[in-house]
Amino acid sequence: MRRFELTPEQDQLQRAARGFAEKRLPVAHLRGLRDSHDPLRLSRALWREMAHLGWAGIAVDEAHGGAGLGLLELGLVMEELGRTLAPTPLLATSVIGATALAAGGEAVRAHLPALAAGERLVALAFEEERRFAPYTCRTTAHHASGGGWVIDGEKVFVLDGPAADLLVVVARVSGEPTDRNGLVVFAIDRATVGVDLQPLSMVDSRGVARIRFSSVAVPSADVLGEPGKGADLLDRLLSRATAALCAEMLGASDAVFHATIEYLKQRHQFGVAIGSFQALKHRAAHMFCELELTRSVVRAALVAIDRASPDAETLVSAAKARASDTFLLTSSEAVQMHGGIGVTDDLDIGLFYKRARVCDLTLGSSAYHRDRFARLGTGS
Amino acid sequence: MSRSASDEEFRAEVRAWLQANCPASMRTPFLPGDEVWGGRRRTFPSDDARIWFERAVERGFTVPSWPKEYGGAGLSREQARILDHEMRAMGCRSPLISFGIWMLAPVLMEYATDEQKAEHLPAIARGEIRWCQGYSEPGSGSDLASLATRAVLHGDHYVVDGAKVWTSHADQSDWMFCLVRTDAEGPKHDGISFLLIDMTTPGITTRPIPLISGSSPFCETRFDGVRVPARNLVGREGGGWQIAKKLLEHERSIISVMRDRAPEEAESLPAMLKRCGDASLRDRVIQAELDFLCNRLTLERTAEAAKAGRGPGAASSMFKLYGTELNKRRKELRVELAGYQGLGWEAPGFEPGELQITREWLRSRANSIEGGTSEIQLHIIAKRVPGLPD
Repeated sequence: MRRFELTPEQDQLQRAARGFAEKRLPVAHLRGLRDSHDPLRLSRALWREMAHLGWAGIAVDEAHGGAGLGLLELGLVMEELGRTLAPTPLLATSVIGATALAAGGEAVRAHLPALAAGERLVALAFEEERRFAPYTCRTTAHHASGGGWVIDGEKVFVLDGPAADLLVVVARVSGEPTDRNGLVVFAIDRATVGVDLQPLSMVDSRGVARIRFSSVAVPSADVLGEPGKGADLLDRLLSRATAALCAEMLGASDAVFHATIEYLKQRHQFGVAIGSFQALKHRAAHMFCELELTRSVVRAALVAIDRASPDAETLVSAAKARASDTFLLTSSEAVQMHGGIGVTDDLDIGLFYKRARVCDLTLGSSAYHRDRFARLGTGS
Repeated sequence: MSRSASDEEFRAEVRAWLQANCPASMRTPFLPGDEVWGGRRRTFPSDDARIWFERAVERGFTVPSWPKEYGGAGLSREQARILDHEMRAMGCRSPLISFGIWMLAPVLMEYATDEQKAEHLPAIARGEIRWCQGYSEPGSGSDLASLATRAVLHGDHYVVDGAKVWTSHADQSDWMFCLVRTDAEGPKHDGISFLLIDMTTPGITTRPIPLISGSSPFCETRFDGVRVPARNLVGREGGGWQIAKKLLEHERSIISVMRDRAPEEAESLPAMLKRCGDASLRDRVIQAELDFLCNRLTLERTAEAAKAGRGPGAASSMFKLYGTELNKRRKELRVELAGYQGLGWEAPGFEPGELQITREWLRSRANSIEGGTSEIQLHIIAKRVPGLPD
């Protein structure tokens, strides 16, 4: 069965996303949010425009106002947004949020139409360590005396937290802090009493928050999945999110690579284009090969999740390890090959370089996923 | 993709034919030295190999998609795909390994006269003539176009003088497709011609070159006043470089595909790793496994794109580069993982599988040199894909 070729509809979607990213979300948009110290680090108005184009609800079912499409379609849009480093809530809201809310009861699913309309933004709050450790959770959930739950704890590195209306929060009902068992997932309104959100200023200028939960009361209807088995849902959210992030990293790598190639053709030293020097040419060819390999494994991971293939998790980890390495390589080489202007803030190259470092650590670094790839069985 | 009823009929028919005609021992992976190469002096490692070869030839299945007049089975693209799929599923070996089929025939189909096709293609299909490649010379390696083997026209014959090296299996081959210089005056690329030479012609001597791996797949071949009929010229005089480049693209894809289909090692890298706890070695094994997976997926993606009529410009160079560099890394890792038992040269004291680890490691070093070095591939990729200036 084919797994790499796109249908005409998917191809059209990707083209539309590319056009939108170029016109409405160029790198200058991210720069503007950074320079104006925008508190949300994204534009809700542009997100509404994207929602009108059907992208906020790509993977939301049609009954809740979405398009009912797959992760591949989300990945195609992510890839194009990656080219311009576009800061949009697509990953947090449409990849993670939509999947999380769909796992809830009727009260939670009622948020989906607003999500698909671009009116409700979601963020996943699960991390507590200095680096990716998905099950480590000291945030507690206790049954409240009058019914419902009470949450206490603190979450770090909440992507798109500053703009979120709704938080998907992981807490512990039982077990040790690093146990996979004993987790529970909630959908919590950002405005709930006891939720204290502190926006952080990150090196890549994207919106990230630290969030404190102090005796936050949550009704039972806002539990997602089964209490104690929250890791099953969390795993699903993380594997979809990781594959989608890989697509964004692929797009960003491809863009920074092509910007570098253009520079190698245009910049003259010693009377010739510097791209004629073998020392640079061979490195460019090497990057080209790495990009081609990355394209294959990222596409394979997205499709494997949509088809629920048995090797999906292996492919997700292979894709993240590869996409991280390729983005780090292409952005780092871009800085070096641009020479002096490569380290100036005037040029966009530095923004790609910073983003690559953040993306690597997000949802598990290259090293983390190489190790996971080995533990899952390498398929050989 | 629509699967017509006749295709399904063909699948059933071909499956039954393979069941009836491919001997059980030919449904196992190749062991070293087990391949059937054909040719006038053809040998077979077993009766089953001979039977399988003869039946495949009779049915046209050595070259399934070739027209029947050239010894093929005249299969449609879809039928050929079905046959390939069924053979893989059953684990059938290739009945014939042939440079004639993989390298020469595609360019003959494109550039040869009808007379030349009729003379050579059926003999290739039937495994009657074994071909070798005369490209590199002692003074022309990566700079292939500087080749100096002269061919001077005297009446209806060319007289060839010079030497070729790295002529794979020249000592076992019946004919050579050869690049010769027919014009020493103009630009070097324009003076090259593509000539077919019968290896029994007087004046040809061949000497095998022993390699570090202990085997001698390559030879040095000398030409002293060798008379070659002018009708053995393919394409026009001076048009050989274009043909040579086409053929090299086929060669590169073959080298990468052969790596993909190479006889699988007895033990996988992760399995070998279980006996060795070195953490840094583990990292390198994981990276090699990861790269292997990504390379395989890229081959699959490229094949899908080719079917849809799109091919990335430098695909064959990319796979040649990546496949051979990766193969070298994997073979080196096997030696490291095998420890002292991966350092044996001959029995006793070493199992055949262990000796294979040593020999394959050394053999793999030639992969990134033959068919254009890795550095040449990088050059081609940079030129064709990102379009960097010369």
